[in-house]
Amino acid sequence: MSEGVESSTWTGRVRDAGVAAFPPDRLLPDSQPVYVASWVYVFGVLTLAAFTVVLLSGAVIALAGPAWWHTSSLGHYVNSVHLWSTELFFFFMVVHLWGKFFMAAWRGRRAMTWITGAVSFLVSIATAFTGYLSQQNFDSQWIGGQAKDGLNASGIGAYFNVLNYGQMLLWHVLLLPLAVGLLIAGHILLVRRRGVVPPLPAEKEEQ
Amino acid sequence: MPLRGRGSTLLRMVEPTILGAVVDLNGSPRYVHQGWFLISYANLSVILLMIAVFALAIWLPFPGAQKDE
Repeated sequence: MSEGVESSTWTGRVRDAGVAAFPPDRLLPDSQPVYVASWVYVFGVLTLAAFTVVLLSGAVIALAGPAWWHTSSLGHYVNSVHLWSTELFFFFMVVHLWGKFFMAAWRGRRAMTWITGAVSFLVSIATAFTGYLSQQNFDSQWIGGQAKDGLNASGIGAYFNVLNYGQMLLWHVLLLPLAVGLLIAGHILLVRRRGVVPPLPAEKEEQ
Repeated sequence: MPLRGRGSTLLRMVEPTILGAVVDLNGSPRYVHQGWFLISYANLSVILLMIAVFALAIWLPFPGAQKDE
């Protein structure tokens, strides 16, 4: 479709809106502002790297099944990779969150970037929680037993019954990772759209 | 070769014991408890480590970063 003429099809309009919101050099930039050269800006991508390892190790243990991850050495190893990459995911995400909080990273029309990040954190906690419930051991039984009264009292028990192993496993391997993945994808697209937030003094000088 | 082989076998046997002595992940958890404040050593260690990493991330210079204003 030529420039300045609105497309008559919805696919054309979606494409035009997408290209307008995310020109290629903004979607995949090859340079960043000078203030990004700081270790505190590294933790977002470290979180993303840990999340990738979580997804890959989770996919392997989902394919091989509980009989494999509970009984074989390799299964134990991949299960541990899944656990420790999750620990690193949360570790990096919390440091990233602290960094962005003290930068007031919601400045400059970045409120939705902050909100999608915060909601990703909350949904990630739910995802990790269902992971603990899927261990098939006394630990998961204890956690389910402790959590059931509080969650059932909130009225969520009909759809989220922590004593229902099959339901918790499906929440853990499909619904919640999908939600976290979509939220993280939206978060990254918003970072691309609005740019990386500058440090506080730098923005004051600009105003 | 035999000595080398024996050494590596010994290391394989001893290494998990040494690591297990540093952090006993199978034991019952220990807690810091002062009045209303109660936290496991494991959780406290992770929180202190996150604070230390955050402070270092702000303090340490980034390789290749320019100092120009």
